[in-house]
Amino acid sequence: MSFATAELGNDPAAEVSPEELMTVAASRLLADNRVVFAGVGAPLVASALARRRQAPNLTIVLEGGIIGTQLRPGHLPVSTNEMRAAYGATMFADITDIFLYAQRGYFDYGFLGAAQVDLYGNINTSFIGNPASPKVRLPGTGGANDIISLCNEIFIVTAHEKRRFVEKVDFITSPGYLSGGSTRRDAGLPFGRLKNVVTDLALFDFEPESHKMRLRGLQPGVSIEAVREATGFELLMADELDELEAPSAQELQLLRELRGLTPALD
Amino acid sequence: MTTTVRESRLDLEAHLRPVTDKRVSARVAMELVHNGDVVAIGGTLYSRTPMSLLFELLRQGRSGLTISRSLTCYEADLFLATGMANRVVTSWVGIGLPWGLSPVIRHYVEKGLATYEEWSHLALGLRLKAGAMGVPFLPTMTMLGSDLAKQVNAATIRCPYTDQELLAVPALVPDVTLLHVHRADMYGNAQIDGYTHMDVDMARASRRVVLSAEKIVTTEEITATSDRTVLPHFTVDAVVEAPFGAYPHECYGLYEADTRHFDDYVRLLREHGPDEGVSRYVEANVNMYPDFEAFLNGLDSGRLAELGRLARELTP
Repeated sequence: MSFATAELGNDPAAEVSPEELMTVAASRLLADNRVVFAGVGAPLVASALARRRQAPNLTIVLEGGIIGTQLRPGHLPVSTNEMRAAYGATMFADITDIFLYAQRGYFDYGFLGAAQVDLYGNINTSFIGNPASPKVRLPGTGGANDIISLCNEIFIVTAHEKRRFVEKVDFITSPGYLSGGSTRRDAGLPFGRLKNVVTDLALFDFEPESHKMRLRGLQPGVSIEAVREATGFELLMADELDELEAPSAQELQLLRELRGLTPALD
Repeated sequence: MTTTVRESRLDLEAHLRPVTDKRVSARVAMELVHNGDVVAIGGTLYSRTPMSLLFELLRQGRSGLTISRSLTCYEADLFLATGMANRVVTSWVGIGLPWGLSPVIRHYVEKGLATYEEWSHLALGLRLKAGAMGVPFLPTMTMLGSDLAKQVNAATIRCPYTDQELLAVPALVPDVTLLHVHRADMYGNAQIDGYTHMDVDMARASRRVVLSAEKIVTTEEITATSDRTVLPHFTVDAVVEAPFGAYPHECYGLYEADTRHFDDYVRLLREHGPDEGVSRYVEANVNMYPDFEAFLNGLDSGRLAELGRLARELTP
């Protein structure tokens, strides 16, 4: 079962969905010969797409202890601890060990989703509202806190909604740049740099000194105003602003193959 | 009150585990779980969960339990809503995104009826590793700077050599660990195929350990493949034979998780609310049957075979 299939149906000529825009843009950030620690859902699918395209030697690692997964098209996993996630793997490590590889510095990329993300890239997956008497108890960190704390470069991929993009998260489950400046390093996290946040509307990076999130690129046809409208904090701009390339036919084909929406071209 | 590593060491020295036939029924094995215990559950999320043991525990009933599991599936719901547990030590609770947030966790935690103690996945793994190593804490960088660390009052420590500040995660010593493995001999020498999750540290940290195994094999079979043995007999108290003992969860190489069973469970909660929904689930799947084997026999014919076929397609 795949939860990310949107409502595309089987029509390959169907319009590009927001989910596809986001996943394709995210997949392009990954270079070859790196090791990516991917969360389940869009991060994993984007990583698998990158492997099938520009990064054939990208090693995908999952928190179930799975190293080098290949995924079977049409059989995407829902969790990082199941046979679908393990398909084609080269090694299984103990779960604690897989995170210790991250702490050691082996993982070039950490790739995460987010329920709520703020100006400094801090992620909340624990509570909506006051943690002492929460409005909603969310599922929790899982390995997200570890991935964002311990991997070398961090990418976040999430749908762009005002309720997700907040000035300050209700609870820092997973530390981004904390309060900006040197606060992340001062808290005892000398490694790990948040690189980009990718959404269905835009691409963000982080200002080098303040570590505030700033707009770096727009998805095709999206206006700055639309991004501002969907963002819960003051929209900062990078010096250069790109329009991201629309997903190519090849990227869409590969992505839809992975999701089992179109048969693979052997 | 959680056991300290010092107490667990003294307990272990006084606890002889002779090389005897440890095979018992799930009913007898669950006598090792007492009211108020910290129960660690092996496997992760919906993989290799010792469901036959958990169902037996639900059938017998306990009170005041703490459930410890890093990624916790709907078994947390079952123990909270039946009033058997009031605390969950975890990093994540739910079945998975397609099944949404657990209304049971929401109800019990948001209303302050149960404690959800949240550690990161690695921090919880290191808590067990410290317990397994027999040391009171382990240093790590993870969780530093986050509100998670504040929420659980995790202390920091300065490295005596480099002055680096690190998080000191306290050892976790479960009273009982329940595991499901692929095969074991009658003494408890245990083998797991595929991913081992956190099971090995969990067992070694724990005061008592119960294994369920897909298959009980001879010690000769263990000896012939000793590189696959992950737990030696002297870490184990009881062995229960339980084919399909992780169902409706998966067991690597043998059967996939039954997502239709999850759909049915979630539908019950949606239709009847968290307490009544769980009550109906436990009635229909646990209490209606004398044991786990009878529950399996009550499934639609061909379901287990189909899950087995899917597993074989996905594994070498």
